[in-house]
Amino acid sequence: MHADPRELAKQAGQQRHHFPGGLRLRHNKQISCAVPVERAALPARLFVPLLQHAGREAEPLVAAGQRVLKGELLAGLPGGEEGNPDETGGAPMHAPTSGTVSAIVRHLVSHPSGIEGRCIVIKPDGLDQWTSLHPIGDWRQADPAALRQVIGSAGIVGLGGAVFPTGIKVREASERGIHTVILNGAECEPYISCDEMLMREQPGSIVLGAQILQRAVGASRTVIAVEDQMGAVHQALRSAVDGAGARDIDIVRVTTIYPEGGEKQLIQVLTGLEVPSGGRPTDLGLLCQNVATATAVARAVTQGKPLVERIVTVTGNGVRKPRNLLVALGTPISSLVDQCGGYTPGAARLVLGGPMMGYALASDANPIVKAANCILVLTEEDIRAPQPEMPCIRCGECARVCPALLQPQILHWAARAGLWNETEDGGLADCIECGCCDFVCPSHIPLVDWFRFGKSELRRRELEHHRAEEARRRFAAREARLALQKQERRTRMQEKKAALESDREKQQGIAAAVERVRQRREGEP
Amino acid sequence: MLTAVLTISLLGTLFGLGLGWASRRFHVESDPVVDRIDALLPQTQCGQCNFPGCRPYAAAIAAGEAPINQCPPGGAAGIRALADLLGVEPLPLNPDNGAEKPPRVAVIDEAACIGCTLCIQACPVDAIIGAPKLMHTVIADACTGCDLCLPPCPVDCIEMVLRIPVPGGWTRPRPAPAARAAGAAAGTA
Repeated sequence: MHADPRELAKQAGQQRHHFPGGLRLRHNKQISCAVPVERAALPARLFVPLLQHAGREAEPLVAAGQRVLKGELLAGLPGGEEGNPDETGGAPMHAPTSGTVSAIVRHLVSHPSGIEGRCIVIKPDGLDQWTSLHPIGDWRQADPAALRQVIGSAGIVGLGGAVFPTGIKVREASERGIHTVILNGAECEPYISCDEMLMREQPGSIVLGAQILQRAVGASRTVIAVEDQMGAVHQALRSAVDGAGARDIDIVRVTTIYPEGGEKQLIQVLTGLEVPSGGRPTDLGLLCQNVATATAVARAVTQGKPLVERIVTVTGNGVRKPRNLLVALGTPISSLVDQCGGYTPGAARLVLGGPMMGYALASDANPIVKAANCILVLTEEDIRAPQPEMPCIRCGECARVCPALLQPQILHWAARAGLWNETEDGGLADCIECGCCDFVCPSHIPLVDWFRFGKSELRRRELEHHRAEEARRRFAAREARLALQKQERRTRMQEKKAALESDREKQQGIAAAVERVRQRREGEP
Repeated sequence: MLTAVLTISLLGTLFGLGLGWASRRFHVESDPVVDRIDALLPQTQCGQCNFPGCRPYAAAIAAGEAPINQCPPGGAAGIRALADLLGVEPLPLNPDNGAEKPPRVAVIDEAACIGCTLCIQACPVDAIIGAPKLMHTVIADACTGCDLCLPPCPVDCIEMVLRIPVPGGWTRPRPAPAARAAGAAAGTA
């Protein structure tokens, strides 16, 4: 007999399971964990991109020359604060510091394409003065719907990297019914340590965020997952949980195997269940959030502060003093590198994100966005001389390490040949782009590049199809309207003709009557 | 002998009746071929195929009156899809109908527009809004880039421009042979 997966998922964290594939990678986290997190100095100009979340660009709500205070609304959802419940909703953007809006320009936005997007440029006044804040007095008594509302309007997005608007996520989750909140502190990608430092230094706010999220979605317990190599973190969280007296929060240490911090992989480790293909964790009654997202939630609810800053790891052999910085969103990367002692002479490549899933940026003028967890500067020695790509030898190594149980060699072949139906059937949408296949490929085939290309191509085809359907609908509507107009014109003409006819009859009637009267008058005298 | 003939005839009649009933009961509304061809056409309604819209062209293809290589917006990919559907050999695009171009949108120079409404009447998908003697503008999302608004404009204030790429709508280029993921080689292992 099959038990209900939602029931089974309630056991999350009580037993540790495994996910298929994965790799043990050298950690390289220590180099940026030596010094505590410090607030980065404000640069001369902040460039706040209007697209920092999954979805469409937000619309600016300020004008050039306007003075803004820290936390003031800069840009909002298309369609107003309420927004659409659909995924194009987005998250609002707030001023990362007080100052003057100097312009709204097209500028680099830390996007893998290198395409410029619209940015609100803010010249800080140095006062860093908050706007009036409206925290919720006692979140324990607050209405869960009000908590969800605050989370949405604070512009919080998933800070683990997917930047899905948290307000939409918790609203959908609460509608589906959630029993367990999972806080993801399993920061598995090498070099990145911003979540680890956060858990070490602010365990209290993570626990608070967990409790608030739990109330906002009506869950009964929380599991915080950390890696077993993060010793100090476990201690810190343990005492924070004890301090808060939160009996419904468990801390689970998971084995460090890349990519166990992926949402679906973590859920599999904690519950032994797979999130169905095309499904969401809510199908299992789970809500998975990054630990940094939880602190942002805690700050938004208890202090009324929107998401205007985040911790960023600046690391790699290409910077002199790798460390973690608390950065105002919109700060150019160059300013952060300067505060970490500048580049070393060998610095060769700037990567946003980690070495496995990150992407190279062409310029350090790109600003820090909500998704930016790590700035990795690699040196010449780090970038292995690119070996020539060889044909696939069908060794199957990629399939062995794939955590999503895909067949990368077949997907690669299909994507290369442009067989889009086959790539779709092969489950390309389930690829999490973790880079394991790429890493082990003995032929040095850039598999993930092909999969990203394939996904983008599938999206484009979908979009084109949608456009064609829309054009067909509009064309049909126009044809129908023209036909209707023609019909109307014809009936109008007929009516007019009929009216003219009847008019003539009436005229004749009158003439006849006049004639009769005249004859009678003539006859009288 | 007679028994066998009768048995087989009876069985045949029964099965025949059964099949006849099933074909009525489970009748599937088959997708007419015109619809399926129309679904593969790009719906720009541009008329470059010498038919007054995508659906008439689809009807002509279905009737065997037009070859499948007259649709420039669909391009080579569209011809391939049509060939796959109809089970014929793909043909190169007929240059008499035009050349395959990257997706474009119409933009009206709003300062120069005199408000004559001729382009509004020409647009097959109602993507231009405006009123007599008032400025007109193009709804970029709805524009199919069909060029039909260009000829009627008396002041030549409409221009076709490439769609501005936005980060959200970006499509990745095909990986170059030597490209590697950002830092995939960074001293891990």
